[in-house]
Amino acid sequence: MAAFVWLTIMTALRILGRNRLRAGLTMLGIVIGVGAVIAMVSIGEGAKRAVQAQIATMGTNVIIIFPGVTSASGVRGSQGSAVTLTVSDALELRKRIPLLTDTGWSRRDVMQIVYGNKNWNGPINGISPSYLTIRDWSFTSGGPFTQTDLDSAARVALLGQTIVENLFEPGEEPVGAVIRIKSVPFRVIGVLAPKGQSSQGSDQDDVILIPFSTAERKVFGTSFIGSVGAMFGSTDQVEDLPQAAEQIREVLRARHRLQTEQNDDFTIRTQVDIGKVQEGTSETLTMMLFAIASVSLLVGGIGIMNILLVSVTERTREIGVRMAVGAKRHHIMMQFLIEAMTLSLVGGVLGIALGIAGANLTTVIAGWPTIISGDVIVIAFFFSLVVGLFFGLYPANKAARLNPIEALRYE
Amino acid sequence: MSSLIECEDVWKVYRVGDVEVQALRGLSLTIERGEFVAIMGSSGSGKSTLMNMLGCLDQPTKGCYRLNGIEVGGLRPDELAGIRNQQIGFVFQSFNLIPRTSALENAQLPLFYRGLSLKDQRAQAAAALGRVGLHGREDHYPTQLSGGQQQRVAIARALVTSPSLLLADEPTGNLDSQSSREIMGILEALNRDEGITIILVTHEVDVAAYTAREIVIHDGQIRSDRWTKARPPSSQVEVEI
Repeated sequence: MAAFVWLTIMTALRILGRNRLRAGLTMLGIVIGVGAVIAMVSIGEGAKRAVQAQIATMGTNVIIIFPGVTSASGVRGSQGSAVTLTVSDALELRKRIPLLTDTGWSRRDVMQIVYGNKNWNGPINGISPSYLTIRDWSFTSGGPFTQTDLDSAARVALLGQTIVENLFEPGEEPVGAVIRIKSVPFRVIGVLAPKGQSSQGSDQDDVILIPFSTAERKVFGTSFIGSVGAMFGSTDQVEDLPQAAEQIREVLRARHRLQTEQNDDFTIRTQVDIGKVQEGTSETLTMMLFAIASVSLLVGGIGIMNILLVSVTERTREIGVRMAVGAKRHHIMMQFLIEAMTLSLVGGVLGIALGIAGANLTTVIAGWPTIISGDVIVIAFFFSLVVGLFFGLYPANKAARLNPIEALRYE
Repeated sequence: MSSLIECEDVWKVYRVGDVEVQALRGLSLTIERGEFVAIMGSSGSGKSTLMNMLGCLDQPTKGCYRLNGIEVGGLRPDELAGIRNQQIGFVFQSFNLIPRTSALENAQLPLFYRGLSLKDQRAQAAAALGRVGLHGREDHYPTQLSGGQQQRVAIARALVTSPSLLLADEPTGNLDSQSSREIMGILEALNRDEGITIILVTHEVDVAAYTAREIVIHDGQIRSDRWTKARPPSSQVEVEI
């Protein structure tokens, strides 16, 4: 049996080798189909990974709570314009909800920053110390605020990369320098590691962090002491995010004395919500890929079936001879199935090579990140085998059911 | 021990559209081991149908055909294929070699379906090619061989399984007279020296002259069955005409 299979494969390869052009054209459908799928999955994976990395820059397992909107005579302000969230809300959440490992808060405003003869307009973010851990900021030099800085409303600042680039000469060390924010001198005590773009496309490195108390008392001039621009919470597990969000909602509604018919005067967003939007996009992409793959494999398979039917007709006499010298039905069947699978497998392998080349070319030419996953290659290989088997069945069966007498007489 | 071939009241009826064609009409025939038989008859006489049946490519509609004591009638296609592989060698008028496949591989073909190891297949096929005088031409392709040589490859393919019956359907029909004589010489020698039973379909009298027994088929029945040479000693049964 092993000798039979081996010889059949060799025979199949030789028959295909004889009709190279025909075999090549037959395989083209599979080659292009598999190639397109591999290339597009690689591009899709690359994009997905980039988006995931962006979402991860928000921090790990983060919940963000924005204040609601103001409403003056029915005219609504922009999101976050109301001053419904306070520092005590954040502290209360921390106390009441065990799921939350930490809570933080911040308030931001765009202001002019001056250093030496340079100036820059950038967002000043007054933050609680826990903000740094929740949002996962790290440092390229210097270090974070301390609780003492917060308590004493110290004039210290952490600079994002974009700020550093715009205020300092290349190579100049910002830590220790004194900058002025709205004429108030601040000592730089740390430089933040770059995060790049956020998932919404804004530059996350264009930021200056100062202690919340300092911002409130010395820079922003707040009319409502303790009101915050946003609150942050984090959980241990991603799975806890929805439950934590629900609990936050309940606590805040109770604290804000909202009646059941009243809407929330705040908005809760979790990292999961933000990820879902992206997942929806990639799901659409996956469905499209699946559709393309199905159609091209179908077309490729029909091509193989077509050429095999031609082959069966052309070789009717040969089949008759083989039957006359003792080939049983399964022998003939195997021969054509192996030919079909050889065609589709060679096509699949060429397609995989084409797909990898296409993905790499995309990275080189368009600069898009691509990730070639081993899974996809294995699946593509397996699928091309199945296509050969499936579309080979009909011609192989047709060959095996030939009447040897008629086959021998066939001209 | 039974005879090699025993046909008893064999009928073969085809249906072509609404017309019923009786290709064989109650034919009875016995052939012993070691015989060299010519089957003759005009086209449409039923001789091809008879050959197909003797070769287990076809089965009788009615009646009984036993090859080596095995009743062929009720066998399934795969069982027939097995019998063809084990017992029968075919030689065709148009050689029917597999194109673009070497002489050796053509001669190997029946062994391929026996599931022999590749090494044994090659050795036995090479030996068979040697027996028909094609030693050294193992790697030639059919297109590189003359008609006579191609037919010899076909004979080697038929011989390679050591069949109990060799069926030759107009083996010289596509050959010039020189090649025809060579091929008939080989068949005659195989029958004489190795005792292989050969049944040969022909309509050429000088080809039939090589054989020892001449059966003429007409309208699906045996018209005449006569010995043209002395019967081989292994033949014990009287043949009634």
